[in-house]
Amino acid sequence: MPEPILQLHGLDAHYGDFQALYGVDMKVMEGEVLAIIGSNGAGKTTLMRSITGLLSNGPAQIKYRGVDISAQRADEIAVQGLAMVPEGRQLFPSLSVRENLMIGAQVGRKGPWDLDAVYKLFPILEERKDQQSTSLSGGQQQMVAIGRALMANPDLILFDEISLGLAPIIIKDIYEALPGIIGEGMSAIIVEQDISKALSVSSRVYCLQEGRVSLEGASDTVSREDISRAYFGIE
Amino acid sequence: MDWLNAIVQGTLLGGLYALFAAGLSLIFGVMRLVNIAHGDMIILAAYLGLTVTTATGLHPLLALVLVVPTMGVIGYVLQRGLLNQTLGDDLLPPLLVTFGLSVIIQNGLLEVYSADPQKMDAGALETASVAVGGLNLGVLPVLTFAVAVAVIWGLQWTFYHTALGRAFRAVSDNQDIAQLMGLNRRHIFGVAMALALGVTAIAGILLGIRTSFDPSIGGGRLIFGFEAVIIGGLGNLWGTLVGGVILGVAQTVGAKIDPGWQILSGHLAFLLILAIRPNGLFPRIS
Ligand SMILES: Nc1ncnc2c1ncn2[C@@H]1O[C@H](COP(=O)(O)OP(=O)(O)OP(=O)(O)O)[C@@H](O)[C@H]1O
Ligand SMILES: [Mg+2]
Repeated sequence: MPEPILQLHGLDAHYGDFQALYGVDMKVMEGEVLAIIGSNGAGKTTLMRSITGLLSNGPAQIKYRGVDISAQRADEIAVQGLAMVPEGRQLFPSLSVRENLMIGAQVGRKGPWDLDAVYKLFPILEERKDQQSTSLSGGQQQMVAIGRALMANPDLILFDEISLGLAPIIIKDIYEALPGIIGEGMSAIIVEQDISKALSVSSRVYCLQEGRVSLEGASDTVSREDISRAYFGIE
Repeated sequence: MDWLNAIVQGTLLGGLYALFAAGLSLIFGVMRLVNIAHGDMIILAAYLGLTVTTATGLHPLLALVLVVPTMGVIGYVLQRGLLNQTLGDDLLPPLLVTFGLSVIIQNGLLEVYSADPQKMDAGALETASVAVGGLNLGVLPVLTFAVAVAVIWGLQWTFYHTALGRAFRAVSDNQDIAQLMGLNRRHIFGVAMALALGVTAIAGILLGIRTSFDPSIGGGRLIFGFEAVIIGGLGNLWGTLVGGVILGVAQTVGAKIDPGWQILSGHLAFLLILAIRPNGLFPRIS
């Protein structure tokens, strides 16, 4: 029986007076790929920011490997093997491609991912290694963002809308690379607007609607009607 | 020859101004903090140097071995204990707090050392000079300029070729994402301030050998440092050196025309460059 690597209990999140998440319960099992879907503004990115410690959380709302991490800082959480590919890529503009990758390894975790492994996965990045990250195309920037997260050799990796703003052909490439990335016992949460993409790569799916979990199920059995109801709130 | 002499002396003086400015430029670059107390910290370092030299009999340049790390520790503790708490979206709190620090440092120095001007005794170094092509160059100004170049080269190298420099740039680019890379920005900021005050220590000691100082002159050094940073362009350390040199040359050339014009002509050069290039000559940060 695999253990959950991540467990959320009644997670709330606020931006000032505005509440963005309401009592989210969720769990990610060891080695599992979880998908999170939901319309714009549903709270998906907020959820990622809460998990990674960029937003402050209430006590005992987030457990990672059985330990309450709700009060920890983002950098303390990162060194425990939780990495994120953030929405909109958010590379460091004053760092070269290579430096953007290197800084991902700053957490100092051992594992299969190093510069060579990332260059093998995305050969174009080796050609562009000395360029400023902002000079790359959107798809290449996304590769850097993914590589940067992998360099941390995480146990749990969060992908926040990695296909956003990319050409379909690039999206296809990136999704084809995903199984190779997530293999080797890593767990993952994939936030994705494209529902069929999300379902095809995950074993379970959660749908968020206005800050609440509106659906939870196995990706291969959940029905289209359930999803559109959970997604749009149409009865 | 006289004019050439003024320009060369001004260039060398610019090295000192660049040292005043380097620390300011560094902390602004990393954490967007404008340190109003920077000039007073330079003077604090000069007084620390004075205490060390009088207590131990060390040469002021050797006193750097103690004063640089002391200022570094002060910088780290100050940043972690106080200044980090003021950083956020609002630029006003750090300005107010460092202004308050400036007042506190000045009054503290007055209390401990009194208002009497002091000077550090560097022996023969103060008067030694070398003749170069008909010009008589003071060894101390030449040394100061060489130190400024070395310090800026060292900072530049740290910024672009070390993991620490990469962390500085990453935190400066995007604090949140840098945290996700396992970088604790509060610690990184502390290290940046430690480095900045280490440079400040060098500036303070060289100042204290060159001229007499008292607790009230920090504000003036802050202005020169600011002007050098702005002339050179924000975020560019070599630019800061150029800014210091332009300021120094403007001052010595102004003083050559009329001794009363020294400071004024520096400010005028600053305003002129601001009017032509509002972002300075070589800006890296907009
Ligand atoms: N920094 C912020 N300050 C205030 N409100 C915010 C902030 N960021 C997000 N919100 C609000 O929180 C809610 C959830 O936003 P969030 O970005 O988490 O949604 P999302 O599901 O990721 O949407 P998208 O699909 O557009 O990325 C939205 O109503 C949004 O307006
Ligand atoms: Mg989002």
